[in-house]
Amino acid sequence: MNRICIIYDKLRFEEKQIYNKIKEKGIDASLVDGKSITFDTESSKPDPIFGDIIFQRVISYIRGLHLTYCLEEIGLPVVNSFNVSEICGNKLITSMVLKKNNVPTPKTTFAFSTESARECMNKLGYPLVVKPIIGSWGRGVYQIKDHTMAKIFLDMREENDNLFSRIYYFQELVDRPTRDIRCIVIGNEIAASVYRYSPENEWRTNVAVGGRTEVAPLNPELREIVLKASKAVGEGILGVDLMEDRETGYLVHEVNNTVEFRGASAVSKSDIAGKMVDYLLEKSNK
Amino acid sequence: MKKECKDCGAELTIPQDSMVGEIITCPDCGTDFEIVSKNQDTVEMKEAESVGEDWGQ
Repeated sequence: MNRICIIYDKLRFEEKQIYNKIKEKGIDASLVDGKSITFDTESSKPDPIFGDIIFQRVISYIRGLHLTYCLEEIGLPVVNSFNVSEICGNKLITSMVLKKNNVPTPKTTFAFSTESARECMNKLGYPLVVKPIIGSWGRGVYQIKDHTMAKIFLDMREENDNLFSRIYYFQELVDRPTRDIRCIVIGNEIAASVYRYSPENEWRTNVAVGGRTEVAPLNPELREIVLKASKAVGEGILGVDLMEDRETGYLVHEVNNTVEFRGASAVSKSDIAGKMVDYLLEKSNK
Repeated sequence: MKKECKDCGAELTIPQDSMVGEIITCPDCGTDFEIVSKNQDTVEMKEAESVGEDWGQ
């Protein structure tokens, strides 16, 4: 009999939904707090608590990534895999991988010191968008409208001793409607697709900043781009986010590794959690 | 189920369907508490980790 283990560090709506869905299907499930796990170099035999497959849903990217590495090293299948997690959790790597695989993505520039970031911004001109390479929910994502704002931004970053604060990620400001598209991709199937509309007086569309969701119909072009993006990062259970550039069409700007779907499940008729469980079962039987 | 906020003393309501690992936020002071154990009559909580810059999806 299969056993699915969900590893979390903060139990969200999604983890509860998935856990309840596993139980509903009559499958053995365990919930393990990632903060409580320890490993050592002698670890070789998986603890039975980890079951046959692990669904890694840790909210801290760095913790999740390192845990995934350890779990895979002792032979456990983890969704998403270390490679997928590493690509998706880091916007710089995601952008590079998408571009390399011919997935349409916004033009993005990287700099690795404050001085080169200043030169980049002057060269690129304004407006432009800055994003932290690690992080979610629209935090640290700003529209830089002019030289004065750029200076404030660089000063703020200089004062920040965050490990990644000296890696700069500048993206073209895409001329798009006041929405983006979130597609929940499970393996090679799109389980749900929703528009996320920006709330009033906000240009970001994240549900975390108050964005409203609505079902987004899939068309062949959208489907092809989304599945191509998912394949490019290595496939798994993912959230592919796209913008609709008024001139060039769909642009994938992010692929989420521990995708949240509360907003999508509020409007979509699709059994998102159920499809995730089916995928995990299929993977554990391989 | 009711608990008292360890920080400010306000009353915290623990929903019936809450699970271990969930975060309960104090309505008065905003402190986050993580449920560490729960059974029919008792619930144990500890102060939750603060939001990290690498938190997300």
